[in-house]
Amino acid sequence: MRNPFRSESEAFGFVLVCVVLFALVAAAGALFGGLIALVVFLVLAVGLAVYIKGPPKEQDRPAFARQRDDRQRILVVANETVAGKALRGEVVRRAQEDSDVLVVCPALNSPLRHWASDEDGARAKAQTRLDESLGALAAEGVEARGEVGDADPIQAMDDALRTFAANEIVVSTHPPGRSNWLEKQVIERARERYPVPITHVVVDLEREREGPTG
Amino acid sequence: MASVAHAQEHHDHPPAAHKSSRVDSRLLGMYLFLASETMLFGSFFTIYFFDRVVGHDEVGWPPDGLELPVYLALVNTIILVTSSFSMHWALQSIKRNNRSGLIAGLTLTFLLGLTFLLIQIREYTRIGFGPSENAFASTFFGLTGLHGAHVFIGLNLLLYALIRSLRGHYGPKAEDHLGVELPGIYWHFVDVMWIVVYTTVYVI
Repeated sequence: MRNPFRSESEAFGFVLVCVVLFALVAAAGALFGGLIALVVFLVLAVGLAVYIKGPPKEQDRPAFARQRDDRQRILVVANETVAGKALRGEVVRRAQEDSDVLVVCPALNSPLRHWASDEDGARAKAQTRLDESLGALAAEGVEARGEVGDADPIQAMDDALRTFAANEIVVSTHPPGRSNWLEKQVIERARERYPVPITHVVVDLEREREGPTG
Repeated sequence: MASVAHAQEHHDHPPAAHKSSRVDSRLLGMYLFLASETMLFGSFFTIYFFDRVVGHDEVGWPPDGLELPVYLALVNTIILVTSSFSMHWALQSIKRNNRSGLIAGLTLTFLLGLTFLLIQIREYTRIGFGPSENAFASTFFGLTGLHGAHVFIGLNLLLYALIRSLRGHYGPKAEDHLGVELPGIYWHFVDVMWIVVYTTVYVI
């Protein structure tokens, strides 16, 4: 949902939009009478409601850290799937001997807690998952660093790329139908936003827990 | 392998601090307030349209003999829309560290808002009917009076911001002029509401 009052500038822009829209209503009233003006008013009001109901405005273009050498830098973004075997396998397969791997685990939170800025619990859980994942990667010979990121995965990637000059990004999600990130089109938005290859890894934690099936 | 493009390079200074998708609690408070205000205005508009649609075929809408000062209200609308421009100018000024622009913008916005309110009061005293006259009069005074009360609240917020700006408060950084930004958002909301009120009550 778009918030036309997100900032003073956007609210001012919304005032201008309303002036134009309601000038049309007034013009319709003056030219064709009150009934037509009412119809125009209702059509514009519904159109405005549909616009406001649309997706929120994409964040501004991010600032990127500068690449100073040819070293491979992989940014891994995963939440609950951060400890998944499929993701670990993908990172191990991609990482070279001197690769720099940064794992970012967004602190997934409930909407209410997010709005209330109550994210300590979410960050602590994300940190626990991250530690497990880093430990598992180290056991397989990949020395990775990690950090807990913002609840919004795009914001978390923006933040990481400010200081980490990644030349590829690996994003891990739950399978389609169970992934909130896929529903929010995080992969597509990231591919549009970042000029580096983005690999999408699907981790089915339920299947991994059940173990290999014949 | 393609390297990351440098949209905004940083050279001798550290990169910008991490941002957060969290909403500032003060901003969140304003959003929730505006959401509740939208519902409040929505309930008044519901009453207005219900009264207008139901049971007024015989007496008409507005009832015969009652006339609204459409052109005076149009002048008032122009005054209020102009005040949105001056409000925006005030905030843009402080973003550029132009303190005199901030003070001039807030003063102008306050005066325009006050003019709007005084004209509305004068309109009430000369309109020739009272709130208890009939359903039309009740909804007219209800909607415009509700909006007038919001203008009054906005004027208080603007006055507060103006006094603070005269005392040297506020600065160009985002967190240093939130005290201007929030009244600005509220003022634009009040302006949008008036445009809707004017169109529904006076025009259609």
